[in-house]
Amino acid sequence: MYFDSLQAALEMQGHGMFVWPAYSVTIAVIALLVITPLLRRRKVLRQLEAQARRAQGAPAGRAGGER
Amino acid sequence: MHPVRKQRLYLVLFITLFSTAAIGLVVYALRGNINLFYPPAEVVAGSAPVGQPIRVGGMVMEDSVQRSPDSLAIRFKLTDYEQAVEVVYVGILPDLFAEGQGAVASGVLNEDGVLEATEILAKHDENYMPPEVTEALENSGYDQDGNAK
Amino acid sequence: MWPIFHKLGSPPWLYAIAGSILRWLLPITLLALVTGAVWGLLFTQPERIQGNSYRIIYIHVPAAVVALAGYYVMALAGAVSLIWRMKMADVAMKAAAPVGAAFTFIALFTGAIWGKPTWGTWWVWDARITSMLILFFLYLGVVALYEAFDNKEAASKACAVLSLVGMVNIPIIYKSVDWWYALHQGATIKFTGESSIDSSMMYPLLLMIGAFYALFTCCLLLNMRVEILQRESRTQWVKKLATKAGRP
Repeated sequence: MYFDSLQAALEMQGHGMFVWPAYSVTIAVIALLVITPLLRRRKVLRQLEAQARRAQGAPAGRAGGER
Repeated sequence: MHPVRKQRLYLVLFITLFSTAAIGLVVYALRGNINLFYPPAEVVAGSAPVGQPIRVGGMVMEDSVQRSPDSLAIRFKLTDYEQAVEVVYVGILPDLFAEGQGAVASGVLNEDGVLEATEILAKHDENYMPPEVTEALENSGYDQDGNAK
Repeated sequence: MWPIFHKLGSPPWLYAIAGSILRWLLPITLLALVTGAVWGLLFTQPERIQGNSYRIIYIHVPAAVVALAGYYVMALAGAVSLIWRMKMADVAMKAAAPVGAAFTFIALFTGAIWGKPTWGTWWVWDARITSMLILFFLYLGVVALYEAFDNKEAASKACAVLSLVGMVNIPIIYKSVDWWYALHQGATIKFTGESSIDSSMMYPLLLMIGAFYALFTCCLLLNMRVEILQRESRTQWVKKLATKAGRP
């Protein structure tokens, strides 16, 4: 490793205040890019499943209490 | 290929070619305005307007930097290795500002052909080297292109 | 050539193949991103003139390179959807736009942060940076235009034309620093001739460029899967998938 300590790596001789925010924002954008479609896909499947259940007339015991 | 699809293919090529041509012409017409700065040779030749805000960019000439001992005033020359333009500036310089490095000065050209700058930006090249490699190269007596010094 | 083209046009096949690609490509991509970032941040020498601020190169350059390449992917998908009326090409175009916008944003944002310690300014209206900003708006334009239409077929056509027209911007961005006097420096990694970066700094950079290409592919496939599900929600195979997924 180039830096002697965690402190030195965070400071980067004064450039840490530029480098670390740049990486943090990038990580946040990438996380958003990957997680959003995963969540949306789950939501779409859930909605379709609920729709299908309603169409079947909600068999007793599973939809319990709804409607 | 199906004739309808072929027709649509031609449409796509038409859109691409003509938009390219149109934007290409606009960019060509505006080419002078797209330049961020004037090189010193054009300033010396008189292409740059006097008394208007302009930018001049080039290398900071070796041994040309004169700093005032009691203020932030600085005087140096920008060169493109053909001509040089004198620049005066008062203020904080970017960390990368140094002799032999690129810089862009924005300001107003006065009657004597001296740029009275209000902002200095450093311009760096596309070479990325760790310090020890540079030192090793210097010690070996060759520059980074492998030519003997 | 044609059988694969027909298969690509089949939503269930594409949905399934995208899923099986993602299962191994996504973990590898994330691993490569972490490796490349740690390598570049902690295990390389600082640059001789720029010092440690140059470490932003490991995200700035890959994001910018892939933002440009991604535009060609989007425009090509748009052309295929225009010519062959291929629905899955339209899905790919729609899926690529937000990903490209995000990559362009990363390039612009990290570039601004990098500009402060090196150039002495966050922003300058030079040819490279301005044309990159136009690329950002083109991507956002495709996203917005798609939402502006109620008729999805009209939306698809309009977006395809917009992405084709915007394609001229890509070579402009690429050559901007050669054609005009700009503050931004020239290309470091060149297709022809020797790259002007020390090899100890180039290897992590190449790794990061590869990882960003893979990341673009992953995000594209992820978005396409959602889009396929939404468009095909009335079909039997999606209904079957939904009841299977909904079961505990």
